[in-house]
Amino acid sequence: MKDFFRKNMKNISPYLFIAPFFMLFIVFFLYPIFYSLVLSFSKWTSGGLEFVGIQNYLYLLTDPVFWKSLLNTGQILVIQVPIMLLLACVVAVLINSKHTKYKALFRLGFFVPVIIDLVTYSLVFSLMFNERYGIINQFLTSIGMKGIPWFSNGIWAKVMIAIAMTWRWTGYNSIIILSGLQSIPGTIYEAATIDGANKIDTFFKITIPMLKPVLLFCMILSTIGTLQLFTEPYMLTKGGPNNETLTAIYYIYDRAFGSFKFGLASAGAYIVTTIIGILSYIQLKVSDGGEI
Amino acid sequence: MNNKKEFTKILVYIFLGLGLVISIYPFYWMLTASTLNEAQIFKTPPKMIPAGNFLDNLSMLLDQMPIWNGLFNSLFVSTVTTASIVLLSALAGYAFSKFHFKGSKILFAIILLTMMIPYQVTIVPLFIIMMKLGWINSYKALIIPYLVTPFGVFLMRQQMFAFPEELIESARVDGCSELGIFFKIVLPNMLPACAALAIITFLQQWGNFMWPLIVMNTQEKFTMPLMLSMLVAPGQVTKYGPIMVGSVIGIIPIAILFIFFQKQFVSGMFNGSVKG
Repeated sequence: MKDFFRKNMKNISPYLFIAPFFMLFIVFFLYPIFYSLVLSFSKWTSGGLEFVGIQNYLYLLTDPVFWKSLLNTGQILVIQVPIMLLLACVVAVLINSKHTKYKALFRLGFFVPVIIDLVTYSLVFSLMFNERYGIINQFLTSIGMKGIPWFSNGIWAKVMIAIAMTWRWTGYNSIIILSGLQSIPGTIYEAATIDGANKIDTFFKITIPMLKPVLLFCMILSTIGTLQLFTEPYMLTKGGPNNETLTAIYYIYDRAFGSFKFGLASAGAYIVTTIIGILSYIQLKVSDGGEI
Repeated sequence: MNNKKEFTKILVYIFLGLGLVISIYPFYWMLTASTLNEAQIFKTPPKMIPAGNFLDNLSMLLDQMPIWNGLFNSLFVSTVTTASIVLLSALAGYAFSKFHFKGSKILFAIILLTMMIPYQVTIVPLFIIMMKLGWINSYKALIIPYLVTPFGVFLMRQQMFAFPEELIESARVDGCSELGIFFKIVLPNMLPACAALAIITFLQQWGNFMWPLIVMNTQEKFTMPLMLSMLVAPGQVTKYGPIMVGSVIGIIPIAILFIFFQKQFVSGMFNGSVKG
């Protein structure tokens, strides 16, 4: 009898173990995900939902401001992510090199921006990039260049946000890449050096291809992160000037909590989700096709 | 030949050194600016050495924002959510990695799937739920929706695979209850993994911005990032000295964690990444 009970306990216990998680998960994750999908086809009023078909999607896809926000996000994405990952690779390779001393110090130093939260680092950057008195423009004028209109010019505002993101995330990515590097056997490099390959050759012909899975991972994570970009533009530029730094999520936030268009916001969130899905899929496919 | 080698070596150190300075500098400037008055912050050329205005800035900050409340709120909310996420993730992760039960595959697949959906999708419905429950502007709204994360379960499941099956079996033979096995055998041995998850979770919860921005509306209940963000809100006179004092106060808990748990920081970020 006791054995029977024991055996059954072993069978039920996993359900008991996952139950607390799943109760909260269903209420605060699954249900909202589905509710959001329903909302995206509805008009929300305090009285309830009114089904409107694809009207929200049509509105968004014909709204130039929404397109603008997607374009801005895309521009930051295609410029910032490759530069950051290249930098992260170079940093990782240099720290990993057997000639480099003080590895621990460098690893720590490059990693440390990750600990600061997005609001705080945006505040520090807004001080550093201040057009008139900020340290960056003061430095530029001191070496005889003109100060850069970081906030008043749309292109430079995007560049500033890209710089800020690069500062925050390069070290994080290089730590991940570093772990990838450490799994590449040293003998490959020895063989290549014997065959007469130089450092640059080995970087592009051995290191990068061997790092592909890790790089792919970093790229997908960074892509997802950039598509969700919100705090930096909210804190630094408020989406301005002229919506030049309005990102997709910022637009959705505005529609939802600025004008309480919940249906529209949900449709927007699902469009962004779809884009994330498609981009992740393409990145996986392309990297498979390009196998070296 | 040797000269050239030396030269590249120097270049490498210059590059890494420069990178290091760029990484650290904003922290240094934040600390320094918190001790300067407005005139000193915006001086040309900028004053790079700390002065003695920290307390003045602090009192100016306290005139604008109840920053100690913010610190307490953030600590409270982040600690409670982190504790819950770690415990519930460990429980569920243990079940998913060490038990074969009906539906486990599909349930775990659902968890994975939701990890790929950006959290902004859930924000509007969550807000509506909070309104219906009357939780707007309460700690409940900050805490309860964040008591679990799919990522936590994903991570703990990965970590639990490595746990030796024999230990569990022998405890079972010894007559230990299933819950007893988890709390007395599994959890104590998984503390490093729990610590790693705790650290990244705490960091995320601490930095959580959009959600408090949406659901909270009285200053005393704001979290740290929300308070700081309000200091540069339109209509506010932006005074950077006090803002930087607030930034320093907000970063101290995280910095302390980082100093004591550096290893877990990195391994937490790793586990969450490479094994994914």
